[in-house]
Amino acid sequence: MSSAKSVEVSDLDLYYGSFHAVQNVNMTIQPNKVTALIGSSGCGKSTFLRSLNRMHELVHGARVEGSVILEGQDIYAPDVDPVAVRSQVGMVFQQPNPFPTMSIYENVAAGLRLNSRRMKKPAMDEIVERSLRGANLWEEVKNRLERAGSGLSGGQQQRLCIARAIAVEPEVLLMDEPCSALDPVATLAIEELIRELKVNYTIVIVTHNMQQASRASDITGFFNLEESGKPGRLVEIDETETIFSNPANKATEDYVTGRFG
Amino acid sequence: MASSSSDAAGAGRPGGSFRRPGDRVFSGLATGAGVTILALLAGVAIFLMIEAWPAITAPAEDIPGGEGLWHLIAPLAFGTVLGSLIAILLAVPMAIGVSLYITHFAPRRLSQTLGYIIDLLAAVPSIVYGLWGIAVLGPAAVGMHRWLAGNLGFIPFFEGPASATGRTMLVVGVVLGVMILPIITAVTREVFSQTPRAQIEAALALGATRWEMIRMTVLPFGKSAVIGGSMLGLGRALGETMAVTIILSVSGAVTLNLISSGNPSTIAANIALNFPESSGLAVNALIASGLALFAITLVVNMAARAVIYRSEQALR
Ligand SMILES: Nc1ncnc2c1ncn2[C@@H]1O[C@H](COP(=O)(O)OP(=O)(O)OP(=O)(O)O)[C@@H](O)[C@H]1O
Ligand SMILES: [Mg+2]
Repeated sequence: MSSAKSVEVSDLDLYYGSFHAVQNVNMTIQPNKVTALIGSSGCGKSTFLRSLNRMHELVHGARVEGSVILEGQDIYAPDVDPVAVRSQVGMVFQQPNPFPTMSIYENVAAGLRLNSRRMKKPAMDEIVERSLRGANLWEEVKNRLERAGSGLSGGQQQRLCIARAIAVEPEVLLMDEPCSALDPVATLAIEELIRELKVNYTIVIVTHNMQQASRASDITGFFNLEESGKPGRLVEIDETETIFSNPANKATEDYVTGRFG
Repeated sequence: MASSSSDAAGAGRPGGSFRRPGDRVFSGLATGAGVTILALLAGVAIFLMIEAWPAITAPAEDIPGGEGLWHLIAPLAFGTVLGSLIAILLAVPMAIGVSLYITHFAPRRLSQTLGYIIDLLAAVPSIVYGLWGIAVLGPAAVGMHRWLAGNLGFIPFFEGPASATGRTMLVVGVVLGVMILPIITAVTREVFSQTPRAQIEAALALGATRWEMIRMTVLPFGKSAVIGGSMLGLGRALGETMAVTIILSVSGAVTLNLISSGNPSTIAANIALNFPESSGLAVNALIASGLALFAITLVVNMAARAVIYRSEQALR
């Protein structure tokens, strides 16, 4: 299996052109733990998350200052290939986005076929099954692997996307509000899955759902925006229990108890 | 090509019996437009049938050439398809390449400028391309023709003897290819640029290189546009008259040899050349060749639709 890795973020500043979106983030993301990122809309959680696998730079004019060190290697060092970073740091998006022209099987296998890797069919079958089992989807789709992935329900599609992400055995798995398009039952299924996945992966999840953060995560980081137009900052990061019961910062307390503003 | 309009009208049809007046007016207009297109198409087909009928039923010796309608039309149809095939084979891969470059590789500013230029080129009248073909490309290609005949003469296409003027099927194919390149590019570029961001990001987040991302998302997403754009281009190539008429040196021979001075003509060029001096049954014969062109276009279009349909059904 893959080896979970820690991520060390130091003095990270993120920009969209001249707009300073996130300011001076320092945090250590621990291996085999679920780190939840919470905070009000627009405070830069997605922006920060996307800087951890170099998706941020896909936006025209986007810029990064500071360092993100994945097991000893700064992913922003000049000689590092973003493609290599992204195959080590997987991502699950807010809206389920399976490839519409591919079957369920092909979707999960998509990452395995990249970078001209050749793989025998039985080995591929095995990884596809293992990944679908890992995403708690195998039983539901094992008889229709050749059908279109877009024909599944929203919750199933999201689990398919998780299977697709873990098939390449990343070291870190990033999830940006993975349950926001799902109903409560599907949400619980994904939370359950997240708890299982941390045995093998380092997980960072952005969520607007306080219960979800408290149920599914070990560590919680709170981002805040002093006022609109200013950059977002990481206010506090600690054990999830501490953040929800006894946070150090007043703004955190207001936010987790629902008294923000 | 009008297939999507009927789909759209069907998809929005309300289930109940009550309909808002606005909906009723709009659906009336949409239906009217759809019916008009079909009626026009049917009208053209019927006109061609009626006018061609005397030639179809006439005895062989009365048809110009004296050997029957088939002997008149077949070489022309062959020339038409051959020239267009060269054009499509050259233009489609180029168009895909140019569109991908503009949408996913070129720097932002350049890509906008290139987009405008392509759209502009798509609107250039075909006679301009024809003049370029006969004045510039033909003479310039004579040397290449000789080289092809000398070095690749074992391939039937380049058997020779090489034309000394460059007024060959190969040059016609290239000119047609250049002519339809902007049309196909304009269509594919537009659709490639609309590939959903979620798909692109999904591929990149898996660790795909840019080319792999394009293969996984942009090309599948744009596939039907590539076919649709190619059909638009093919339609223009099949029907192209002036460029072919002024470039091609015609002997009526049915040959795959692309570089000699003895070439089959095309249906459209033949009509343009002969219609003014024709009368009686000769006119009917020319119209019958037009009917054949109509049929070729229809068959090619339907075949292309079938290809798209089958590849879409494969996943259900
Ligand atoms: N592509 C972009 N171009 C320019 N500015 C952007 C872009 N994406 C986000 N921003 C800006 O960066 C800031 C942070 O946005 P981000 O999407 O990271 O917030 P978020 O915390 O994820 O919010 P939400 O909870 O609503 O998802 C916002 O002010 C937003 O307007
Ligand atoms: Mg967000």
